[in-house]
Amino acid sequence: MTGDPIARTIEAVWRIESARLIAILARRTRDVGLAEDLAQDALVAAMEQWPRSGVPDRPGAWLLATARRRAVDALRRDKAFDRRREEIAARFEEEARTEPDVDAALDDEVGDDLLRLIFTACHPVLSFESRAALTLRLLGGLTTDEIARAFLVSEPTIAQRIVRAKRTLVEKQVEFEVPRGEELSERLASVLGVIYLIFNEGYAATAGDDWMRPSLCEEALRLGRILAGLAPAEPEVHGLLALMELTASRTPARTAPDGEPILLADQDRSRWDRLLIGRGLAALARAHALSAEPGSYQLQAAIAACHARAATAEATDWSEIARLYGELTRVTPSAVIELNRAMAVAMATGPADGLEILNALAEEPALQGYSYYHAARADLLAKLDRRAEARAAFDRAAALTRNVRERDWLLRRSAECG
Amino acid sequence: MRVMVIVKATKDSEAGLMPSEKLISDMDAFNQELAKAGVLLIGEGLHPSSRGARMKFSADGKRTVVDGPFAETKELIAGFWLWQVKSMEEAMEWLRRCPCPFDGESEVEIRCVYEPEDFGEAFTPELREREAKRRQELEDRARS
Repeated sequence: MTGDPIARTIEAVWRIESARLIAILARRTRDVGLAEDLAQDALVAAMEQWPRSGVPDRPGAWLLATARRRAVDALRRDKAFDRRREEIAARFEEEARTEPDVDAALDDEVGDDLLRLIFTACHPVLSFESRAALTLRLLGGLTTDEIARAFLVSEPTIAQRIVRAKRTLVEKQVEFEVPRGEELSERLASVLGVIYLIFNEGYAATAGDDWMRPSLCEEALRLGRILAGLAPAEPEVHGLLALMELTASRTPARTAPDGEPILLADQDRSRWDRLLIGRGLAALARAHALSAEPGSYQLQAAIAACHARAATAEATDWSEIARLYGELTRVTPSAVIELNRAMAVAMATGPADGLEILNALAEEPALQGYSYYHAARADLLAKLDRRAEARAAFDRAAALTRNVRERDWLLRRSAECG
Repeated sequence: MRVMVIVKATKDSEAGLMPSEKLISDMDAFNQELAKAGVLLIGEGLHPSSRGARMKFSADGKRTVVDGPFAETKELIAGFWLWQVKSMEEAMEWLRRCPCPFDGESEVEIRCVYEPEDFGEAFTPELREREAKRRQELEDRARS
């Protein structure tokens, strides 16, 4: 849908209006798949008519009115229609009679509908990949092709994934609603996980040539900001948003012009995006204000904030970072987090203290094949001038890594231990 | 991409006339919508130029301060937003939904914000050099 100006305008209108449109239709139909089909029908009608008639003053209202009209036609035309479809058609018809002002429907508080849509798209009956694809499709208005390029899989794969996801939602009779009580936090975790997955998919690939992957970060940030607007009382929503804003603030400094990644400690901090840092710190403050018991995203954001606040790498508050990693291990126990804590402790109080923690992790199965663990240990041993042990650890790390550049670097460090 | 949406000043805004209650509430609703769509990064309104000043930089490095107000009203800025959008078309579509910023005639301008990669080539040589220097320092530090 690129090319002539009117097509680009329709694409822009779609991006702005599609999520609300689908959310409103889904409340009526209780079926996001059907809702999306109806919204797509309206889009097709727009692509047929707008090039001749011009873009209407209120494109959102036009799309909704058209979707409703088509819904009645399509639902009635369908010979195999069952009672449920007849009910939906009748509801749409009733609405068109009693509510001729479509603007009113759009001005209605659609926030709740959007929230329901996010919770439905991220429902745990779906696989993690399907949740991400469906969220980008329904909330982000991305095309199947765009999603496929973003996840580096073929278009038919994504199309199939989305079709299957929508079918699963119907088969499992997933309610179009925001869960309450205990179920809320569990489901919210799924929503946050999906948004963070989308972010990381883009962030990990910022150096790639394909524009689509870095722009996934922007899309995830947008979803996070939408969610923060829809669920402002949830601390972890602000925590995740803070984490993403702060992480994204480093993007301009993360890679050298030749595409080589630049480590955090070596980044030119003047290139960090101050606007995103400011937004991230503000989101973190909101999370703090809402919760005395910080969750995982809030803690990770707090760590990112320590880096963001340090004017130079040397000015980093490592003891605070070590403390935050300690809390993070309590909230989400993980050997990798403990490994990060060890490195922060080493920076804060010296390599011997860090090494002690690393040695305690020696039996962790998750770290056995993890080259970074052995490299980290080797680095601390080298700092303590325990050269023979350091060399053995560097060699072990080199043997484990599959990255050639990294292996060369590790072997060089090993040789330096002479 | 980021765009800056610039609201041009009018005679009234330069005179410091406050917007009507209706306009304030319409603008508020629009800002809400932008925020909920994850598009709004910042938005601010500016006082009339009578409270502002300009600094002129001459070629020989001299600085001269000129106090407001400034005469050419429609070239002045009365407020701005910073939006995160996918395309210029999306920015235009959002702007179409914006309430008329003032009573009477007014104009709003959209400009693209430079992204770091736009500077790419201008940065390269110096950055590479600094990069190399830093790496050297690091290696030295690792060896010492």
